[in-house]
Amino acid sequence: MTTASGFQMPKPVLAVEGLTVSFDGFKAVDDLNLYIDRNEVRVVIGPNGAGKTTVLDLICGKTRATGGSIQFNNRELTRMNEYDIVRAGVGRKFQTPSIYDNLSVFENLEMSFPKGRTVFGALFFKRSQQVVDRVNEVAADIFLADLLQQQAGLLSHGQKQWLEIGMLLMQDPELLMLDEPVAGMSVSERAQTADLLNRISQGRSVLVIEHDMEFVKSIAHKVTVLHQGKVLAEGSMESVQKNPKVIEVYLGH
Amino acid sequence: MNALDKLMGGRQGVIGLLILAGLILVVFPLTLDAFRLNMVGKYLTYAFVAVGLVLCWGYGGILSLGQGVFFGLGGYCMAMFLKLEASDPESTKIQSTPGIPDFMDWNQITELPTLWVPFHSFSFTLVAVIAVPVILALVIGAALFKRRVGDVYFSIVTQAIALILTVLIIGQQGLTGGVNGITDLKTLLGWDIRGDGAKLALYFINAVLLLGCILIGKFILASKLGRLLMAMRDKEERVRFSGYDVASFKVFVYCVAAGFSAIGGAMFALQVGFMSPSFVGIVPSIEMVIFAAVGGRMSLLGAVYGSLLVNYGKTYFSESFPELWLYLMGGLFIAVVMYFPNGLAGLWESHGRKWLAGLKREPVPTVVHTPAKPAVVTAAKPDSASVNSSLEIQP
Amino acid sequence: MQWLSDFGAIAAMQGFNGLSVFCVLLLMALGLAIIFGQMGVINMAHGEFLTIGAYTTYVLSTLVQNYMPSMQPYYFFFAIALSFVVAGAIGWAVERVMISRLYHRPLDTLLATWGLSLVMQQAFRSIFGAREVSANPPEWLMGAVSLTDAIEIPKNGLFVMALTVLMTGGIFLMLYRTRWGLQVRATVQNRVMSRAVGINTRQVDRMTFALGCGVAGVAGAAFTTIGSTGPTAGSLYIVDTFLTVVFGGAQSLLGTIASAFAIAQTQSVSEFFMSGSMAKVLTLSTVILILLMRPQGLFSSKIRK
Repeated sequence: MTTASGFQMPKPVLAVEGLTVSFDGFKAVDDLNLYIDRNEVRVVIGPNGAGKTTVLDLICGKTRATGGSIQFNNRELTRMNEYDIVRAGVGRKFQTPSIYDNLSVFENLEMSFPKGRTVFGALFFKRSQQVVDRVNEVAADIFLADLLQQQAGLLSHGQKQWLEIGMLLMQDPELLMLDEPVAGMSVSERAQTADLLNRISQGRSVLVIEHDMEFVKSIAHKVTVLHQGKVLAEGSMESVQKNPKVIEVYLGH
Repeated sequence: MNALDKLMGGRQGVIGLLILAGLILVVFPLTLDAFRLNMVGKYLTYAFVAVGLVLCWGYGGILSLGQGVFFGLGGYCMAMFLKLEASDPESTKIQSTPGIPDFMDWNQITELPTLWVPFHSFSFTLVAVIAVPVILALVIGAALFKRRVGDVYFSIVTQAIALILTVLIIGQQGLTGGVNGITDLKTLLGWDIRGDGAKLALYFINAVLLLGCILIGKFILASKLGRLLMAMRDKEERVRFSGYDVASFKVFVYCVAAGFSAIGGAMFALQVGFMSPSFVGIVPSIEMVIFAAVGGRMSLLGAVYGSLLVNYGKTYFSESFPELWLYLMGGLFIAVVMYFPNGLAGLWESHGRKWLAGLKREPVPTVVHTPAKPAVVTAAKPDSASVNSSLEIQP
Repeated sequence: MQWLSDFGAIAAMQGFNGLSVFCVLLLMALGLAIIFGQMGVINMAHGEFLTIGAYTTYVLSTLVQNYMPSMQPYYFFFAIALSFVVAGAIGWAVERVMISRLYHRPLDTLLATWGLSLVMQQAFRSIFGAREVSANPPEWLMGAVSLTDAIEIPKNGLFVMALTVLMTGGIFLMLYRTRWGLQVRATVQNRVMSRAVGINTRQVDRMTFALGCGVAGVAGAAFTTIGSTGPTAGSLYIVDTFLTVVFGGAQSLLGTIASAFAIAQTQSVSEFFMSGSMAKVLTLSTVILILLMRPQGLFSSKIRK
């Protein structure tokens, strides 16, 4: 968009406009507008039932919107199916760690390598040196370099969260969406995760849903507060924390 | 390990395959008379279906209760070719309309139906044996998987399709030979298939084709696609959100299973000399599932042993104790599902290995032995996943 | 104009024929809708429970004929009740021994119950012989009622219809108006919470399964009025019954009724124009095609997962 002085603002990487979804009359997301810029870390907070996870569901295609549009790099996501959205550069982490318990950590990461996604591609996929290197690289990032041969189902809860983040990193997405990445983690694990997120958000946009305010402070560029499917407030962490509406609805005292 | 090692599943995999190959290519032909060898050949044609089921059911989680459809279609294509060859104008000159199959004559048909005409050509027949069932599987699979029809619904629909095809075949007597099927097959390209020598040759062709299918199966399972199948059984959503079109993989493995079954059907028609709707319907289709279940639904080699064992049992008991057989088979279904979900292969993994190691007084070879899942499972998982997480079976 | 009234008469009788088929199908489907639709359990032996009901009726009929001929006109009501009880009791036992151990594995339940159906069919064969047998329907069920000069409605058809209406109404009442029905619905929707509020979910499951089997038993008793019974009588209907339940929307009883009606009528009407086998092919294919377009069935509830 162009400002009054004629300066051209860089286009947001994700532009959500008028997004609405209703389930049998109940509007889980109500005419929502949300803009995320390149290389921004945006955290979405809000009480339970505010529609946070639903917004992620809508963006990644898990749920079909009943109205509005989601533009990602000039592509209309509401008309695409899930795997095409992923291939377009959107990665999503689920609330409960969603990894392949029966495969090793290495195999989990390899599975997310963005090659060999078609039937014949997968049939003839070679575990080349390039793949191995990339897996090792990501594994180091997510603190699991020593556990590559470990069966994923045996990892601790926190490690599974990291593994899932690692699987998303393998996809090399432009927009990374994380749903409660530190839920169930210890304090030190949270610190490690904050560090991880700050590292991986270089050159990417990240959209995070979280409840842990300390964690949010340590990673957020900007915070959006959702309530009853609408945006209640938006801004820096400090401004949001001082917002009386937000305090009443969510933060409380 | 290098690619070939991985394909075969390591040393154990190679040994297992060699033992099976030895059994069906050397031991059986040397120790069994022509009649019994032909019977084993028949059992091995069912093994094609079972091997296909290991891929689509054991690994893909797709319980197709209508594999008889593909077995039958492959069999009928071959039978049609053979029947046309046996119905040349010379041998059928006593019919009202010579040159057409006898059952058509009995149904007062005076001209060969258009559907049959291309089956005069052997090359067309060979193509049709595989193409017709695979195309049907493609259509059914695409329609059902793309719409995300659930596992259970899929199984029910496959039963309905088996029923529809059976009724259709039986109803169209003039076209298909009705409930009696297509019988009295004599020669393949001039070579008499009823003689002992021919049956021996066909047995070997059958065995080699079966081993070929097993190798194809191993290749698929050793590839990334094999891992994807297991991942999809476990967490389909995660696979989808990693950029994979899940439906296309399911369709693929369903088509492969259909193709294998069709080859089995064609070899059946050749070895046994007829094809009828009794192999197409729900009952035979579900029986084929039990072959894979008994052998071990996660084991390609197990599927062959399962087919041999169950069919041998069926022949033996049906002759001596016919009443007992149905009780046994029903009991087998129940027992396998409830107590031996990984079949004989599973028993071998958990008990046989240790016994063998004990005999040799060697330490138990290190298998990738993944322990059972902890008791607290958060959500209801598809059956195969929770059952098979306790053991990784070599395909 | 004679041909018009003839046509109308034939159409009415065909339609009524369709209604009889509809009733047996509906009774079967209701039992299965309870078990599959509500509990998510696939019982491939459901047809065998119908056969249990039919054989029970046959046995009772023979006993009455030989020992208490005076009871002939009345025995049928006992037969229905007895079929319900016997089928339900066996169902209860099956749930306890087998189904309860397979709850989280629907495909395995399918295979195990198929095995059960084989065992049951063989048991029927051993006990009653392989040939078909017939119960003796009471006098008042035989013959037909003449609505007009040309239209005759068979009495057994009317009876089956009345029975179906009663059973359907009864099931609706049980599920939606009684405390027990509430417990069933709660258990189905959220097992863990139901246990937490003190519902004995095991008991509920057992009774629900038994109820579904009992209803199949009643269908079997009704079945004896329109056909003879053999060891495989039930298995003929199993695919149709499953399709009926799935087509209607597995969780909706109303859907089951609508679906059974649609399927039975399509079959009957088609039979008028083509051979029986082609009619069946047409009906089944249509159902599958519609299911492909609408996998959730005719009536479905939208739940946010």
